[in-house]
Amino acid sequence: MSNLVIVEHDNNEVGLPTLNAVTAARQIGGDIDLLVAGENCAIVAEAAAKIAGVSSVKLADDAKFGHHLAENLASLIVELASGYSHVLASATTFGKNVMPRAAALLDVAQISDIVEVKSEDTFVRPIYAGNALATVQSSDAIKVITVRTIKFEAAATEGGSASVESIGGGSDSGLSSWVSQAVSDGDQVDLASAKIVISGGRGMQSGDNFSMLHSVADKLGAAVGASRAAVDSGFVPNEFQVGQTGKVIAPDLYIAVGISGAIQHLAGMKESKVIVAINNDSEAPIFQVADYGLVADLFEAVPELDAAL
Amino acid sequence: MKVLVCVKRVLDPQVKARVKADGSGVDLANAKMTMNPFDENALEEALRMREAGTVEEIVVVSVGGGKTEETLRHGLAMGADRAIQVVTDDSLEPLAIAKVLKQVTEQESAGLVICGKQAIDDDSNQTTQMLSALLGWSQATFASEIKIEGEQASVTREVDAGLETIQVKMPAVMSADLRLNEPRYVKLPDVMKAKRKPMDKIELDSLGLDTANRLTTLQVDEPEGRAAGVIVNNVGELVEKLRNEAKVI
Repeated sequence: MSNLVIVEHDNNEVGLPTLNAVTAARQIGGDIDLLVAGENCAIVAEAAAKIAGVSSVKLADDAKFGHHLAENLASLIVELASGYSHVLASATTFGKNVMPRAAALLDVAQISDIVEVKSEDTFVRPIYAGNALATVQSSDAIKVITVRTIKFEAAATEGGSASVESIGGGSDSGLSSWVSQAVSDGDQVDLASAKIVISGGRGMQSGDNFSMLHSVADKLGAAVGASRAAVDSGFVPNEFQVGQTGKVIAPDLYIAVGISGAIQHLAGMKESKVIVAINNDSEAPIFQVADYGLVADLFEAVPELDAAL
Repeated sequence: MKVLVCVKRVLDPQVKARVKADGSGVDLANAKMTMNPFDENALEEALRMREAGTVEEIVVVSVGGGKTEETLRHGLAMGADRAIQVVTDDSLEPLAIAKVLKQVTEQESAGLVICGKQAIDDDSNQTTQMLSALLGWSQATFASEIKIEGEQASVTREVDAGLETIQVKMPAVMSADLRLNEPRYVKLPDVMKAKRKPMDKIELDSLGLDTANRLTTLQVDEPEGRAAGVIVNNVGELVEKLRNEAKVI
């Protein structure tokens, strides 16, 4: 067996979700090669070569890969894939965008969002917002897989000494081009990897009221998240969304404030180690998954919590 | 321009899926089914394009058995002009669905295909990307804003870091995210009108495609539930428990 893991990066640093995908590859077994495709990204390949357990790093440094456009990146993955039994990426918006395109061009299924490796061809993946776990066996020669990061430990970023090989290949489709990216405030703690997350829902009533959560978050070193209802209401931008179709996270502590606990929200946070719910409706479904529930008006409870920390 | 909107009949998102006792799958008998929510966003966007004059005709397409027709009728009631049901009782994987949709797209000479970004039953998030690949068209997934400008489209995508804007050449395959729009409610007269709109049926077998599944579902299990927690009386007790019992702060 041999694995190719597609590295998610910003031409500067290896993205943290890639480390979880490397661990999934280790559980499958066999060699692990990494593909770093980007523009002026040799520094990423150098860092990737140090990840524990990696055999070699393929560096495709070319302007056409600069913004990881799906058409161009998929063409390169397809050229490389024939040498591997498994091609993996993290189940982030990066992996979700490019991997199915590569799979279709290879005429193989994609196994989305795996949470467990049973054997080289059998994997467990959540369906129905995580309310069921399907064990699936693949009959394809090349298995294209995206990895749900929270279910695999991150591989160590030191300890490896893989070779770095520059490669060509891939084509510039000319079909699409990158225009711009609007990223959220760089001072924020990263939601996907934070140890503590405090999220607000519709009960927050306005975007301004999220400042209460930011204040608590600052004291705890926490990230701020939100339910879909809060994002849909325009309180906070989309990258705050935790849920079935937003980010799936598993922090040590998740504090849900004014969140009722819709199925699709629970799908994004129910793997958290400790869940706290603060809601004025004692019947809210969020209390069924909460380790500690506080039935209270959030506009009194949150400032009180802030003062107590 | 003609737009193809791909829709799927799924378990209602408000209904909690129940795993069958024998572990063979999820129990959908008598369950409330609806159009996949993201597909409603896809259709709504097409409707707005038609209202803005960039689109002449909207065709909704779905692959499935008997009751798939209900979902397509809902699409017609929302305002689509025509519907196509590719009829099969088999449960097809995204790759097979993409092959079917490619054929329909070509038969219809559509200039744009919009799908929901993800079906909320199998949560695969694959069909759009696969269809785009098989057609050799440009791909714009997770769209929260679409502007068609002649031979090009500007699409803002919801990505983990925030919002990314790309320019794609038409024809294109796009997938709708929830914040693309607010789908309209269907009124009773629209439901009546939808009954008279054309619905074509194509037998899957007549397409001559390899739609065999590549994955075998060995087992479906219910995930472990969380143990019941406790209700605390006040913030002080909460902080005390988080510090001394859970030891997480």
